Order: sequence, then structure tokens, then C-alpha cells
Amino acid sequence: MTRITIGPFNRVEGDLEVRLDVESGRVQRAEVTAPLYRGFEQILEGRPPLDALVLAPRICGICSVSQSVAAAAALRHAMGTEAAPNGLLATNIAHAAENAADHLTHFYIFFMPDFAREAYASQDWYQETRERFAATRGSAARDALPARARLLETMGIIAGKWPHSLAFQPGGATRAIELGERVRLLSIVTSFRTFLERTVFADTLENMLSLSTADELDRWRAGRSGDFAHFLRLADSLALSELGKGPGVLMSYGAYQGADCGLFPRGIVGPDMVVEPLPLSQISEDVSHAWMRDCSSDPAHSNTVPDPDKAGAYSWCKAPRLSGQPVEVGAIARQTVAGQALIADLVAPSGTNVRNRVIARLIETARIALAMEQWTRALRLSEPFCAPSQEMPDGAYVGLVEAARGSLGHWVAVRGGKIERYQIIAPTTWNFSPRDSLGVAGPLEQALVGTDVGEAGARSVAVQHVVRSFDPCMVCTAH
Amino acid sequence: MSQSNGMTNLLWLQGASCGGCTMSILESGSSGWFDELRQFGINLLWHPSVSEETGEEAAEVLNSVREGRVPLDLLLLEGSVARGPNDSGRFNMLAGTGRSIYHWMLDLAPRADYVVAVGSCAAYGGVPAAGANPTDAVGLQFEGADAGGALGAGFRSRLGLPVINVAGCAPHPGWMMETILALTSKDLSATDLDTYGRPKFVANHLAHHGCSRNEFYEFKASAETMSERGCLMEHLGCKATQAVGDCNQRSWNGGGSCTKGGYACIACTSPGFEDAQNFLETAKLAGIPVGLPTDMPKAWFVALAALSKSATPRRVRLNATADHVVVPPGRTTAKRTP
Ligand code: SF4
Ligand code: SF4
Repeated sequence: MTRITIGPFNRVEGDLEVRLDVESGRVQRAEVTAPLYRGFEQILEGRPPLDALVLAPRICGICSVSQSVAAAAALRHAMGTEAAPNGLLATNIAHAAENAADHLTHFYIFFMPDFAREAYASQDWYQETRERFAATRGSAARDALPARARLLETMGIIAGKWPHSLAFQPGGATRAIELGERVRLLSIVTSFRTFLERTVFADTLENMLSLSTADELDRWRAGRSGDFAHFLRLADSLALSELGKGPGVLMSYGAYQGADCGLFPRGIVGPDMVVEPLPLSQISEDVSHAWMRDCSSDPAHSNTVPDPDKAGAYSWCKAPRLSGQPVEVGAIARQTVAGQALIADLVAPSGTNVRNRVIARLIETARIALAMEQWTRALRLSEPFCAPSQEMPDGAYVGLVEAARGSLGHWVAVRGGKIERYQIIAPTTWNFSPRDSLGVAGPLEQALVGTDVGEAGARSVAVQHVVRSFDPCMVCTAH
Repeated sequence: MSQSNGMTNLLWLQGASCGGCTMSILESGSSGWFDELRQFGINLLWHPSVSEETGEEAAEVLNSVREGRVPLDLLLLEGSVARGPNDSGRFNMLAGTGRSIYHWMLDLAPRADYVVAVGSCAAYGGVPAAGANPTDAVGLQFEGADAGGALGAGFRSRLGLPVINVAGCAPHPGWMMETILALTSKDLSATDLDTYGRPKFVANHLAHHGCSRNEFYEFKASAETMSERGCLMEHLGCKATQAVGDCNQRSWNGGGSCTKGGYACIACTSPGFEDAQNFLETAKLAGIPVGLPTDMPKAWFVALAALSKSATPRRVRLNATADHVVVPPGRTTAKRTP
């Protein structure tokens, strides 16, 4: 058995170290370390509750709107008020833009460049892939970055700026959209659709979303140009559907808000593919292998106190569990719980894996591009965008949203007008969790076991694919 | 400037950051940031979010600079330097290297022609340094408003400059690229920095300049609750008359700014901005905002405010507390009602 350490693990958001025990070229055991701790939960304690809207989003510059929306949802719950429906629509549009930008950034900047690495020089698809996807030099980045910047102009209109905006408030959004701005939003969404249809899919979004089985996807792919079809060919050639199998249970908190705009439902789904209600009270966090002092396992009652010298610990990340089990979150979980036909047909036989995670992300991008268009048209321009803030009585409150990478929850306890406790469980906290007190490994740790690293050891590209297929956000993980 | 193949070598590292500065700069350049860098002869030696080299290859890039085998023109750090616990830097280890970012910076900074702190975290400590500062986070050469930080007040890079602080949370992609390019062309000297190490081309302006609410400010016609159109200074916490930045003179994300977005400037370019509380509420003493424009005598401000309030046109007064324009501009025939 040899132990290898991989780091710096780049082209992920934030800091990550992975340790693998390898025997006969196969991973036997994996340990995932989040090597950065900043202490946001400690920083928030004792502050006025609304300060969370300034500080909490700065956990992460890649999903800061998600963090804002989770904080605003928790505080809205604390106020016991309703947000202005327009404010929720505007929030949804901005949140969808961030999530779509994240999916694009992941695909083009973080994930695909691995296929352009020297390790694949002997493959017949190598030259083409290298020209298109090589990190920082490939032609794809020249297409994707301007498309991303254009999509983020949504933020200039709704949120003032991105990342880190204060536009998302418990009562809604801080500015009313005028007619000219609605038209500008529609034109941004249309440009985005054009980019997806020309460059990513080489087909219309409607056609993409009408594909409902793995066979249809195979037929669709044949002879097609576009980056998605290119990925599908690579996935076949490298058997990516057999790589990086997840732990089996998928969770979604439900995505996007408002009376008639909740887009993706809440639920859990196991290997039997039956969607069940989510038992929220069964969410806990275990710190047996985290550099954290013991505390309540219920996020509504726990604190975060670092203990850097703790024996047996190997990460700043706590281990969240649902009914005692590790669960996988992300676009694949969201789309499976939502019963998206193609994703369900892919997940049913092979579960979650490198290929399916990427497909789910791109299919979701097509879905939210269409939703952005609808939400923009649904804004009632003459009605209010923000309801006034209210006092916050003592109590424990929660805000649950879906960030691009999966389920994000903020648990806030208010006492005497101050934050008494603040706990955050981010998507990658779920996916990149360390072991729990029963020794059960987190989802990525499980997904890495069995990976064939061959002679390459620490240089194995397969390990890179597995890790990046989750689109980890390490700055969110330990925060 | 030490150059290899005529290219400028740029190394970008992330300390205790949120990655937001990187996310912001990825919006730079009409054909993308990577293309923009190439157009100016800049070689991105390594960047944790975007580079191909990973694991030991990446560590080799860093070691080659540390050992002086590869010349380093620009060293950029995004994120604060977490010195804790007990000065070990262990709250922020650079994965796979067994060394903390704190210690990597101590090694690398003296090797660089120029050192740039990207964002308020790297400049002054930023949000990780808020409150009790659990990780002993500081900026590269400042701890809040005090000179010092991780590298010490006396630090000078190889070409004799202190750390250049592109403050802001996140900084505008233009601030970052313009600083990088001015350094690449050796256009930026010590006299181009203000007392907090910020480039003056940004710091010589106030965030208030060019705000779309300036007409409301003139008449002290103020928004009272969120999403109203009036000036945000009197009630909703706006610090833009005291905070540097050309935020309202250039567009963010194709046309935005914080105050245009409907919420107050929180002075994110200022050292210690993170320690304020109740960001969207104006702190007042006897009904007068505490944070008045720094270069204006208080008595004058109060007198002028009273005068301008009494002269506020009806249009401005009514629009200030509405979320839509309720009175459009136009010639008024009716007599002004006070
Ligand atoms: S300055 Fe702001 S955007 Fe940049 S790393 Fe710090 S918190 Fe993130
Ligand atoms: S909102 Fe702020 S920046 Fe705008 S005019 Fe008022 S004080 Fe100035």
C-alpha cells in the first residue's frame, strides 16, 4: 500500500488536498482535506442579524448570490414576513444567472482542460481537444469568458455588481426594474441562449430538453458539433460513466422561490429512484474528524470552535449527515429529484458518476436559461420590489436554497437583536465531508475508492476527473 | 524588469480568500482575460483557479520561483494572510506543500519585482479579520489601517515599491488589470499610491462621484426604506462620500454600481470596513449622520442641508421616497409647495 498526497488541487474553487492509499494501481481509501479555515460563523456571532447580508456572502465569490439568498431567507423567516413577489422574481433571475455562470465556468475553465493534458496525447481526439480546451490557451475559453461576462450583466441591472451584492434582502430586492431594463435583461438572456444553442449544444434548448432517454442522447450526439457532444464522445471513449460513483442518496432543498416560481422541488432519492420528502430535522453535523471542538450535532444549536491539534482530525470541514448517512448534492441531485427525464434515465442504471454529473449540469443550464426568460417577463413593473424589514424576535431560523453545487443551508439563532449562533452547511461540505464517528467516509471519499490510477499515482488524471466532476467549492466548505 | 522571453511573469496565489477577486477579473477583456494577458505579453506562471499544472507540477512552479530559477515580475495575492494559530499559518496551508500561505508569501515576496494585494483581504485583512479575527488574518502590508501586516511595514519589492493595494471587495476588474498593466509598462511608481497603498487612479475619486442619486443628495432628498430612489446617505447607511473609488464613474457588470443597485456603499475599499455594524442604517447623533463628508465642516453641512431641503423641487422630493419615478422631469407651472 502506498500513500500519495495530491495538492495543490487546482481548478476547483478554493483549497483542497487529497490523500489516497493505493494498492496495485487502485485507490483503496481516500481522505479529503479542506486546508483553509476563516471562521465566518465565529465572526457573525454577536452581530446585528442584518449584518449577515454583508458578511455571509463573502464566504464565497463564486456563489455569493446563493449565500445572500440563503441568509436573506433565514432572516425573512426570523421576521415572519413575506417578500414582495417581484423581489423574489428578480432574485431568481440573478440567482439563475450566477448558477448558469458557475456551470459554464466549471465546464470550460475547471473541468474540460483535463482532457487536453499530455496524459491523453495518444488518443485520436487529443489534438482537437487540446486546441479547444487547453487551460487558458484553448479556443473555448475565448468563447466562454465573454459569454459569461455578458450573462453577468444581469447583475449590473438587478444586483448593482457581482460578486458580493447587497441587493438581496429579506423583503425582496433593492431596486425596481423599469421597462427598458426588462428589455435589457431579455436581451442578455437571449444572448446567453444563443451561446448555449450555438456553442454548447449545437441545437435548440427545446430540442435538448426533449431528449428523455440515454438512447435518444446517443442518437442525438452522432455527428453533432458543439462542446457538449464533444464531451459525450470523450465520456464514452474514457468510460466516464464508470468513474467516480457516488454514495447513492441524492438530496435537493428545492430551488428558486416564490408562489409560482419554485422551479425544482425539494426531496431525496435513493437507488430505487423513488423521490421521498426530505426529513429536515434529520440533518446533523459530526466533527469527529474535523479540527473542531465537539458541539451539538444539530446545526440549529451548534457553534464552530477550531481545535487545530485534535487527534485523528484531518480537515476543517465538518461531516454533515442526513439520517446518519452521507448524501450527494448538486445539479445531478436536483435534476434527479425533479424527475428530469433524461437525467433520471441516466442515473437509474449507473447512479451518479463523472459523466452523469456533467450532463446534469448542462441540462440544468438549459432549463434555467428558459426559466430566466419567463421570470423576466413575469415581473410586474409597476408593483413593489421590496417589502419593509421587521423586528426579529428571539428564536432559531433556517434558510435553505440550492447553490450551483447543491444544497446550502444557513441556520441562525437570534437573541436580543443579535446573532447568537450562525451555522452554514454548504454543498461541498456535504460532498467533500470527512469521515464521521462511525468511520463512514464522505461522498467524494467513497467516489474515489476503486479509481484506477495505474502507474501514474499522484499524476493520475482519473482522480482529477472524479474530484472536479463534483465542481467543488472549497471556500464554502469550511468557511 | 526581469523578463523571460520578453514576457512578464505573473504568479497569482490565493490566501484566505473567497475567490471573488478571481471571479471578478475573469470578466475582464473583450475576448476573455487569458487573451487580454497574452496581448500584453503577460505569462500567467500559475493561478490556482485556471492553470493546467496541478499537484506536484504546480508545486514545482512555486519552488522554481522560490529558489530563484524562474524570475518573477508580478506576485499577486488574493485573500488575507491567516497567521494563526500561534503564528504557524496552519489555518491556511497551501495543499500538498506542507507550508502555509503565510510562509510561502514570506519566501516569495522578496523574489518579486512587484507585489500586489488583490482585494481588501490581501490589502488590509478584510472580512476574515472582522470581529475577533479567529485566524489572525492580516493584509500583506497592513493590518486594518495600521502599516505592518504579514510582510512588515518596511517591506519593499525588488524594484523598491511597497505592496500595491488594489482594495475593494471584490475589486473592479478594471482596477486590477489597469494596475497590472501599469506595472508591466513600469508606469506606476511610489508617488502613484495613496497612504494606504492604493493606486491613486482609483483612490483620487470618491464612490459618491457620479452616483445616479446625486440630484437627491444635492437636496438631501432621502430614501427611507430599501428600493426607494432617493439618496441613501441620510437613513440607509451610504458611506460613499467618505469611501474612495470610481465605482459610479465606471460600470460594474455592464452598467451597475452598489448605489445604482439600490443599496448603500459600505466603503469596501477602506481598511477595516468589515468592522462596521448595521451597514444599511445610518449611524446618527442628535439626528445628524455621524459619517459626514470628511473634508466638510459639520456646521456648514448641517446649514446647507437645511437650506437645500427647503429648496427641494417637488419632483425630487416625491421621487426620493418612491421606487418608481412618480413625477417625471418637466416644466412645472404650479407654485412650489414647501
Ligand atoms: S476582497 Fe472580497 S472578493 Fe476578494 S477575496 Fe476578499 S472577500 Fe473575496
Ligand atoms: S446614495 Fe451615496 S453615493 Fe449616491 S448620492 Fe447619496 S451619498 Fe452619494
